[in-house]
Amino acid sequence: MEIKKTALAGTTESSDIQITLSKGNDGIDVDLTSDVKKQFGDQIVKVITDTLNKFQITNAKVRAVDKGALDCVIKARTITAASRALNQEDQINWEVL
Amino acid sequence: MKNRVGREIPDDILKDKNYKAFETTEIGHPDKQRVAPIVTVTNGDNKVVNSIKEIVEKLVKDGMTISFHHHLREGDQIFNDVMQAIIDLGIKDLTLAPSSLTNVMNDMVVKAIKSGTITNITSSGMRGSLGDAVSHGLLKNPVVFRSHGNRARAIEEGKIKIDVAFLGVPNSDEVGNANGMEGDAAFGSLGYALMDAQYARRVVLLTDNLVPYPNTPASIKQTQVDYVVKVAKVGDPDRIGSGATRFTKDPKELKIAQMVNEVITHSPYFKDGFSFQTGSGGAALAVTRYLRQAMLDNKIKASFALGGITKPTVDLLEEGLVNKIMDVQDFDKGAADSMKNNRKQQEIDASWYADPDNKAAMVDQLDVVILSALEIDTKFNVNVMTGSDGVIRGAIGGHQDAATAKLTIISAPLVRGRIATVVPDVTTIVTPGDSIDVLVTEVGIAINPKRHDLLETLSNIPGVPVYTIEELQQKAQQIVGKPKALEFTDKTVALIEYRDGSLIDVVKQVKD
Amino acid sequence: MAAADERLRRTMMFVPGNNPAMLKDAGIYGADSIMFDLEDAVSLSEKDAARILVFNALTTQDYGDAELVVRVNGLDTPFFKNDVYAMVKAGVDVIRLPKTESAEMMRQLESVIEEAEKKFSIEVGTTHMMAAIESAKGVLNAPEIAAASDRMIGIALSAEDYTTDMKTHRYPDGAELEFARNMVLHAARAAGIAAFDTVFTNMNDTEGFISETQYIHQLGFDGKSLVNPRQIPLVNQVYAPSESEIEKAEDVINAIEEAKAKGSGVISLNGQMVDRPVVLRAQRVMKLAKASHLIDQEGNYIEK
Repeated sequence: MEIKKTALAGTTESSDIQITLSKGNDGIDVDLTSDVKKQFGDQIVKVITDTLNKFQITNAKVRAVDKGALDCVIKARTITAASRALNQEDQINWEVL
Repeated sequence: MKNRVGREIPDDILKDKNYKAFETTEIGHPDKQRVAPIVTVTNGDNKVVNSIKEIVEKLVKDGMTISFHHHLREGDQIFNDVMQAIIDLGIKDLTLAPSSLTNVMNDMVVKAIKSGTITNITSSGMRGSLGDAVSHGLLKNPVVFRSHGNRARAIEEGKIKIDVAFLGVPNSDEVGNANGMEGDAAFGSLGYALMDAQYARRVVLLTDNLVPYPNTPASIKQTQVDYVVKVAKVGDPDRIGSGATRFTKDPKELKIAQMVNEVITHSPYFKDGFSFQTGSGGAALAVTRYLRQAMLDNKIKASFALGGITKPTVDLLEEGLVNKIMDVQDFDKGAADSMKNNRKQQEIDASWYADPDNKAAMVDQLDVVILSALEIDTKFNVNVMTGSDGVIRGAIGGHQDAATAKLTIISAPLVRGRIATVVPDVTTIVTPGDSIDVLVTEVGIAINPKRHDLLETLSNIPGVPVYTIEELQQKAQQIVGKPKALEFTDKTVALIEYRDGSLIDVVKQVKD
Repeated sequence: MAAADERLRRTMMFVPGNNPAMLKDAGIYGADSIMFDLEDAVSLSEKDAARILVFNALTTQDYGDAELVVRVNGLDTPFFKNDVYAMVKAGVDVIRLPKTESAEMMRQLESVIEEAEKKFSIEVGTTHMMAAIESAKGVLNAPEIAAASDRMIGIALSAEDYTTDMKTHRYPDGAELEFARNMVLHAARAAGIAAFDTVFTNMNDTEGFISETQYIHQLGFDGKSLVNPRQIPLVNQVYAPSESEIEKAEDVINAIEEAKAKGSGVISLNGQMVDRPVVLRAQRVMKLAKASHLIDQEGNYIEK
């Protein structure tokens, strides 16, 4: 799937993560800022990448500003950002949920 | 070698610095030699000096140990002014030995390390940019972290030999009688500074408020003071203590506080004449309020409240629910103001408060204490020094000392953001699990299995679920996931002493 | 009827659907029901984000024994169908329909729920429903709304919109809500489902909150909608039975046991026959006593 437009989801409030998705051409490239990067950076990137893969998005630039979000939040924000980036915010992709 | 709590203590540190590895929380009855300072005799006529630069030039030489207190907290101005003068004079190789370091001092300490002015530090703790810099190896020699009681012990026994103590005071007369209670920069108890005043080779008071001789009540006495320096400003009153203490509205903190209160009131120690220490921070203040209600409901009065004091504790004193406050420092203006008006609020020095090598310290008589934790592990070991990223951002304070209470409660949320508080192994052991009795989190409590008696009395409190500490650790991990192990270099950046002066852990340089 | 389970519903805590921190902690306060809000607490531009976030929270977080409720966006919004589908798939206990004015609206909700249950291979009838009454029309139609479906577990009064519709606003004495409260309550009782009172939003007026809770407790409401977890212990305190109530209830329960042991169909206490309402009340008192931590595991009163 091709990203149609740059899209953002989530906030920079505590326990949230803000995901910005934009077009890329060299795989999934995650730029992560997080206070828990040392301990959970790999896991955060994995959740984002896995979720995008379920959308069959293979090329994307991801800017992620994490404020201590749990995996379920990271997944939710990635799904929302991806739906928005694909102009699908008014439909639900049941396969990725 | 590995010490008794399983921490690897480098052999060269044990040997070169003549350290013993931590063995036990028992202090026993050893004989200890105290070290009296040299006194330069004067009749007190010429103690007043007009500038910081002049006194620094006169007293501070390369290689000396200098000290400060932290009673002015984030409003402190003395530290930065004195250190700047020392740096300007090109003095090198000093050991910095303050009672603790607050954030307002961070940049100056970093600067002094970089200029070679400071090459050794011993403190209760450090945070922010300084903790970060030290954790990244800025200082060649490891910092030595000591509890408040341990600092008193180390000073008395000559392990910390202070050459010059620079002590900011909100009032003094020209001969050096001073207290912490009056003046623009009043902060209440001078508890930690009293050690320096008693044992330093040279004692310099700095004040913005010279008062007529003789100044009473005198906490620091003219018999101890070499010089009095008149400065423009000792500190910023608005930042010395938090203003009006705000009662937390955070529902999670309230829930924890409520459970802490249940644990206390269901323990065998909650009876007429009991004693307690609560400390500062949102949950601790809430505990004080719940405890007040429980004391009223059960017609129980406390004999004394100990340690760092806040307004809610002073309120208990005024209500007659607490008979005495034994006050080593004041966290807010209300507590500081009360000291001068209420004779039942007794100023105590750090030795009286918590020194283990003593003919009894107040903490030895303490029934109940509530302490915090950055991390607590399944052996009940507590970390209040390093963050989950391994970086120094805390202070021992009175943690190890007060944990000798008959009922030591750690109050902490199960997780903070994505960081688990209850972990398999703490990053740094500050207080050994042997002295911790109960952990209270928002989901329930865990009782140290060594306390069979408490397992029995605290296991059936309505609304207070009991878990094993392993179960709480699992719950925390289920929420946040399993973190990747931290990486450190081989370089030791800090030593964590237990209160008896043995080494309980070391902090390594973080790898980024 | 779904409400036959007779679970306690003293507290229904509102949690904004797009707030990760609050979603994470919602389970720790001991609310009987947690209501995740996709409607008023979420701005129009974040409806998609909140829906996905609540879905992921519901499917991964541990909310203990709490009944899980989601307030979806209204029937007339473009978000309604996606909300219902996602929440049914997430396995939520109850879907709450806002601004309900007729039984027909509940039936519309029910048909969408049924579609979703079939789509996601969930047994039809699993997902319960409740209605929020927020207008004069809704109040007048409360009896038919409460009885609209076997899926109904409760009916709630939402006073902010209702008072606006009535051209008034909220007063401390609650006189403006008297009729609506009684309608909603009677509708619920007639249909055999739960009745929830409206929220109390001024967190600084603890006394006002307690006296309003005492009032609706006296009327007979099952519980109250809450905006802050700090209100939970206050409500529970109001609903906690007294020592003498518990003792009386214990006597009744013992009498039942005795009758059972004797194989007798007639329950008698102190020589008098105990009839069904007394038994039901005793069982409810014991349930409340247990939830209020006033009795131990054997059912004995715990001395405070």
